Amino acid sequence: MRRRAVVLALALAALAGLAATAEPAAAAPTMRVGSKAFTEGVILGELVTELGIDAGATVEHRAQMGGTRILWTALTTGEIDVYVEYTGTIVEEILADARLPRGDLDALRAALAARGVGMLAPLGFQNTYALGMTEARAAALGVRTISDLAAHPGLALGFSSEFLDREDGWPGLAARYRLTHDVRGLDHDLAYRALVDGALDVTDVYTTDAEIERYHLRVLVDDRGYFPGYDAVVLYRAAWGRGAPAALAAIARLEGAIHADDMIAMNARARLDHVPEIDVAGAFLRDRLGVVTTRRAAGRAARIWHRTVEHVVLVAASLALAVALGLPLGVLAARRRLVGQVVLGAVGVVQTVPSLALLVLMIPLLGIGGPPAIAAMFAYSLLPIVRNTHAGLTSIPTPLLESAEVLGLSPIARLRRVELPLAAPATLAGVQTAAVLCVGTATIGALVGAGGYGQTILTGVRLDDTTLILEGALPAAALAVLVQGLFELAGRVVVPRGLRLVRE
Amino acid sequence: MLALRDAVKSYGQRRVLDGVTLEVARGARVALIGPSGCGKSTALRLFTGLIRPDAGAVEVDGATLTARTLAAARRRLGYVIQDGGLFPHLTARDNVGLGAHHHGWAGPRIAERIAELATLVRLPIEMLARYPVQLSGGQRQRVALMRALMMDPEVLLLDEPLGALDPMVRAELQDDLRALFTALAKTVLVVTHDLAEAAHLADTAVLLRDGRVVQRGPIAELAARPVDDGVRRFVRAQRGLHLPPEADDAA
Repeated sequence: MRRRAVVLALALAALAGLAATAEPAAAAPTMRVGSKAFTEGVILGELVTELGIDAGATVEHRAQMGGTRILWTALTTGEIDVYVEYTGTIVEEILADARLPRGDLDALRAALAARGVGMLAPLGFQNTYALGMTEARAAALGVRTISDLAAHPGLALGFSSEFLDREDGWPGLAARYRLTHDVRGLDHDLAYRALVDGALDVTDVYTTDAEIERYHLRVLVDDRGYFPGYDAVVLYRAAWGRGAPAALAAIARLEGAIHADDMIAMNARARLDHVPEIDVAGAFLRDRLGVVTTRRAAGRAARIWHRTVEHVVLVAASLALAVALGLPLGVLAARRRLVGQVVLGAVGVVQTVPSLALLVLMIPLLGIGGPPAIAAMFAYSLLPIVRNTHAGLTSIPTPLLESAEVLGLSPIARLRRVELPLAAPATLAGVQTAAVLCVGTATIGALVGAGGYGQTILTGVRLDDTTLILEGALPAAALAVLVQGLFELAGRVVVPRGLRLVRE
Repeated sequence: MLALRDAVKSYGQRRVLDGVTLEVARGARVALIGPSGCGKSTALRLFTGLIRPDAGAVEVDGATLTARTLAAARRRLGYVIQDGGLFPHLTARDNVGLGAHHHGWAGPRIAERIAELATLVRLPIEMLARYPVQLSGGQRQRVALMRALMMDPEVLLLDEPLGALDPMVRAELQDDLRALFTALAKTVLVVTHDLAEAAHLADTAVLLRDGRVVQRGPIAELAARPVDDGVRRFVRAQRGLHLPPEADDAA
């Protein structure tokens, strides 16, 4: 029985490794597109993707991977080839140390080239940061400019977490305008709802957001000229561009082709009318550039199935790795008191690292997609497995251990025939905890492009689409319950019958 | 066969054995008796190699017990403790066969030996399919005895083997054990705090108090001629002491 479990674990681990390293065979030029985790970013990603396909490239779109740092890191480490960025973000955030002059595209292009990154001409619209309030609230308080906020220190300010700590975000803004408000961080797409509900007075908005018009928001005048210009531009890996000139030329058709009104309209269709980004992008390309696209948004059943497979693979791979390492570590910890303290301490510390931080830390080592998510979930799974194995082994009554020893069993035989079976209920409970934990944690993997139910949830949050959020959250909850049940069944196999009788 | 030479053992500040010397000849049956905490269990456990003396020597069949000789010595020992020490995750049969299996015995040989032992300890053979939790206390001790006897050791070390049983079962097992020891002619060292039980299971007794040997000799003599008031009190405290007929004769 145990041998079969070991084989299964090894097979799963091997599968995970394969999935991690498998690269599509390079026949046609390949193009890996990344996009930021907000609607406009995804639409732009889909536009680039479609043009690449139209040019005959094999394109993979890693949608809504995360924020600026994740995308930039992915680009410079060769995880992705192309993504759409904003000039202001590059100057103020990515290359802030270079202190480039604002509005000088040539200086910007040269600075990017030095880092192996190419930049196409601007797409034709700006998406600038601004502060927004509901028209009613702003009128009531007489707030027209950002400076006016200083007179109302009691206002509730809530910003996207990226804006909160960006160089060109809140810290600089507060300093420039001498604002002393308490602020809190929340998801950009949720901020609008909070604003309308009255939970927030002021939030950061993007000027191409469709919600500005829909919710009658007043965009406060940047009277001290704090925010730089944010022209949308395509960034690509220079090395990739040299190898795929046709694809690059195809993307370049977007240069100057998207005006602010176009972008606002596209954002509105996706965000407010819940049209899938892929269809929004397809319609724009057909109408404006005469490009006929064939990809369409997948149906719900297909989507759920696809996400389920991704999710289960993530959980199974990370759990298999965690069992493969956690069991020996648990045994070691139980055998050697001092080593045990260190091991238990170490896996405990890992647990305290926020999952998002752990994911981001993994990116330079493992890139994006499945591997960093699996590594992070693996790290979290270690604690329950190691601790329960340790607890199970150390709680075996001494007379039993002594009996086994005097019987003349070798240490290995004692471990295999006596100690591990006696610790099995505790160990299994640990693995079960880890598995359920993994099902939950795996949803965060979507932030680094690992897919799974988290992808659906992220999209739902982004589109403010409750149905979509539930489409990700409900299967995730169901999977957790299922996993729980599977482990109850596994207990009938792994836990020796004699021990189950004791407990019944 | 078994010997302690000036064995000293302390746990922290407490000296449990304070220079104990004793010998158990081949085929002899000796009881270690004395009040709780006198060191009798510790003395017995020295022979299992589970603990080592701070000073003095432990001998099994003339050889001093060391890390090197331990494995060989253990092969000649059968060890039974108060609650049997049966593994709850294994059936009675697997408990009995575990050691033999580990030492490479073939399946049929194990089965044959187990059947033989079941008859010997008067355990219904169908009980062997049960798990320890499904057996009565007396049955568990019979299984533990089978396990100890499986590899046909020369020596049986019994640490309060009947201590956890109710009086009826205990009396029955005392008789069975006594018959068994006589039939098998094993060397037996048994720890008990019960003088009547010692008289049933052994011929001679070694009485310990505060980690020292106070008196040794045939059990009837111990009862008849205590060396000091302490021994007298210990003997008197044993209620309803009925020495078996042989012991009475010897007295």
